[in-house]
Amino acid sequence: MARVSLSGIKKNYGGVEIIKGVDIDIADGEFTVFVGPSGCGKSTLLRMIAGLEDISDGTLTIGERVVNDLPPKDRSIAMVFQSYAIFPHMTVRENLAFGLTIANAPKAEKDAKVAEAARILQMEHLLERRPSQLSGGQRQRVAIGRAIVRKPGVFLFDEPLSNLDAALRVDMRMELSKLHADLGATMIYVTHDQVEAMTLADKIVVLNAGIVQQVGSPLELYHRPANIFVAGFIGSPKMNFLKVRVEAVDATSVTVGSADIGKLVLPRANATAKVGDEVTIGMRPHHLTVGGAQDITGRVVLVERLGNETLAAVVLGSGQQIIAALPGDIDVAPGQELHLATQADRASLFLANGLAA
Amino acid sequence: MASKFTRSNRVGWSMAGPAAVLMAIFVVLPFIFAIGLSFTNQRLISPNPTQFVGLANYEQLLGVGVLTLEPERDAAGAAVRDDAGALAYPSLRSFTRNNDQYPQYDGMREWFSFDIGENRVFVLGRDIVFLKALINTVIFVLIVAPVQGGLALGLALLINQKLRGINLFRAIYFMPVVVSIVVVSLLWRFIYDGNSGLLNNLLGAATFGAFPRIDWLGNPGTALGSIIAMSIWQAVGFHMVIWLSGLQTISPTLYEAAAIEGASPWQTFRYVTWPGLRNTAVLVLIVITMQAFSLFSQIDVMTGGGPLDSTQTIVFQAVERGYGKQDISGGSTISVVLFVIVLSISFIQRWLTREKT
Ligand SMILES: Nc1ncnc2c1ncn2[C@@H]1O[C@H](COP(=O)(O)OP(=O)(O)O)[C@@H](O)[C@H]1O
Ligand SMILES: [Mg+2]
Repeated sequence: MARVSLSGIKKNYGGVEIIKGVDIDIADGEFTVFVGPSGCGKSTLLRMIAGLEDISDGTLTIGERVVNDLPPKDRSIAMVFQSYAIFPHMTVRENLAFGLTIANAPKAEKDAKVAEAARILQMEHLLERRPSQLSGGQRQRVAIGRAIVRKPGVFLFDEPLSNLDAALRVDMRMELSKLHADLGATMIYVTHDQVEAMTLADKIVVLNAGIVQQVGSPLELYHRPANIFVAGFIGSPKMNFLKVRVEAVDATSVTVGSADIGKLVLPRANATAKVGDEVTIGMRPHHLTVGGAQDITGRVVLVERLGNETLAAVVLGSGQQIIAALPGDIDVAPGQELHLATQADRASLFLANGLAA
Repeated sequence: MASKFTRSNRVGWSMAGPAAVLMAIFVVLPFIFAIGLSFTNQRLISPNPTQFVGLANYEQLLGVGVLTLEPERDAAGAAVRDDAGALAYPSLRSFTRNNDQYPQYDGMREWFSFDIGENRVFVLGRDIVFLKALINTVIFVLIVAPVQGGLALGLALLINQKLRGINLFRAIYFMPVVVSIVVVSLLWRFIYDGNSGLLNNLLGAATFGAFPRIDWLGNPGTALGSIIAMSIWQAVGFHMVIWLSGLQTISPTLYEAAAIEGASPWQTFRYVTWPGLRNTAVLVLIVITMQAFSLFSQIDVMTGGGPLDSTQTIVFQAVERGYGKQDISGGSTISVVLFVIVLSISFIQRWLTREKT
């Protein structure tokens, strides 16, 4: 078990800065997810923690040690890769025991540790098979088993579920949660999928272009996004953004308005917003309802029926489009006019520089 | 399980067609001719009609016998010794020429002999030159296959790194492959020259003149070895490239997984690299073996089979017989024997290196 601390971590690839100074503290036993769009540097960051990439600048601490210059095996970490990275010519048993074989451990110890990992992952019956005889989910289980056998302080996962089909992904997600609860180990998990991040994490780190955008619990990020990027990235369907103008500011509220939404009084104090500023209001599709105090009027252009809910794309007078998540059996059709309302206390406000107000 | 796509693939056949036709005309057809001719007494140019001779050519080529002779004894039954103490044996010719008691030895000559107690065992052959060629070729293969394969693998491992200028080394190692073997052989004839050859000069300089000058190609003890060394050097780059392509099919994440488990360089090679090269190894081994069995150009340019038949090889003999001596049926017989040898060895190699499940 170990805490992990990144301080001023940077990574350059030949002059190009990919990771631009990252500070993150991960508590002992915490499940932390790095999430962000493809190419934002999540894997690079994780691989620096693992010791597979050099750290260009900054300090990395695992447990109580600065590990910048330690080889991977001495960092008390284990890693699970998207491509499984299990050895194709070895049986599952040999794969699980690989680290022990390398270290010349006695057979009894190997058998005991392999048996324990196999029990935890419920794959005792697969031990004598070869990877080619396993399904994708089973292969990833072997990779996780190999990590468990190492008894690391920190588990590192790089998109471990991305090669699995959707249904299996949901199952494995739950298993990983359970594994974390059982082992109580520190886990760092990289994904581009915000649903995985939301469901698994104690703490989410949102990255974009090599910069940490926000760190917080899933609900903090959902309800109080720090900027437009986080607001747009977390939550599905994506948050709706509309251009509005500040019409009034007082001690307890900010009033914004536009032709599309009329007037909206946001019950929050803000010193930085000034009357006349162009700002952006963010409304989650699930916070929009049909009818209500305020009137956002538009024409339905697309309806997606998911059963439990109905997603409607609505084009407003100004041409901006928003998505509303409405009840599953609501009676809407493309071409129809819709009057929507949002909940002012749940809307977000972003200043011209993208930061939440 | 042949899919429709593999069963009737007209496009595929039309693409393979031209090559297949050329192969049929210039490889398959001549080979069928060779098999046919090996059962006749056909000569390249001859006024006499061709006759079917059955297996006579094969008997002539492969006929061997073992003859154990007791030393000459005096009236008391004691072995006769000459002044130097050497035993005297009856003349071999009295057994192999017109001796009705030993028709099986008729026409044979001594290949080699050894002593058991006072008796001397003569191994006789009908075609001593061919038998020498056979042995030389086998020696050549037994040395070249492992040494060239191993060296090529070593080079490939060295070359397979991300270093500045590594492509230059790739090009340098590959260069001898691109140069015609005839040119290479001519160059090496100068290198091996007995008087002012580069090798003699180098060895002389390195040992301050203590190393005696050797006529590398003119000495029966060194000629074959010299040709072996040069042949290994010449084609090692080719096999390096094959190994290299094999190395590059191994997923980098497997190496990363091994690094995290703490594998040493040797363990990484043993558990990751070598198992990943299994198919490449089979290919390299079979290709080297087949190339080595067809050793010809070097011999033709450098030694012409001499000195004292010490560099005779199977293919050189086939050409020498068929065209030099115009004994086309004899040459064909040698070709067929070579074909059978190479085919059997390929099967044995495939069987030995088969995937064990
Ligand atoms: N070895 C490398 N050399 C140069 N650029 C790299 C290298 N590895 C990754 N990058 C770049 O770094 C950025 C982040 O990559 P990565 O960490 O893999 O992103 P992701 O968040 O999708 O995992 C990408 O723009 C990628 O092109
Ligand atoms: Mg990645």
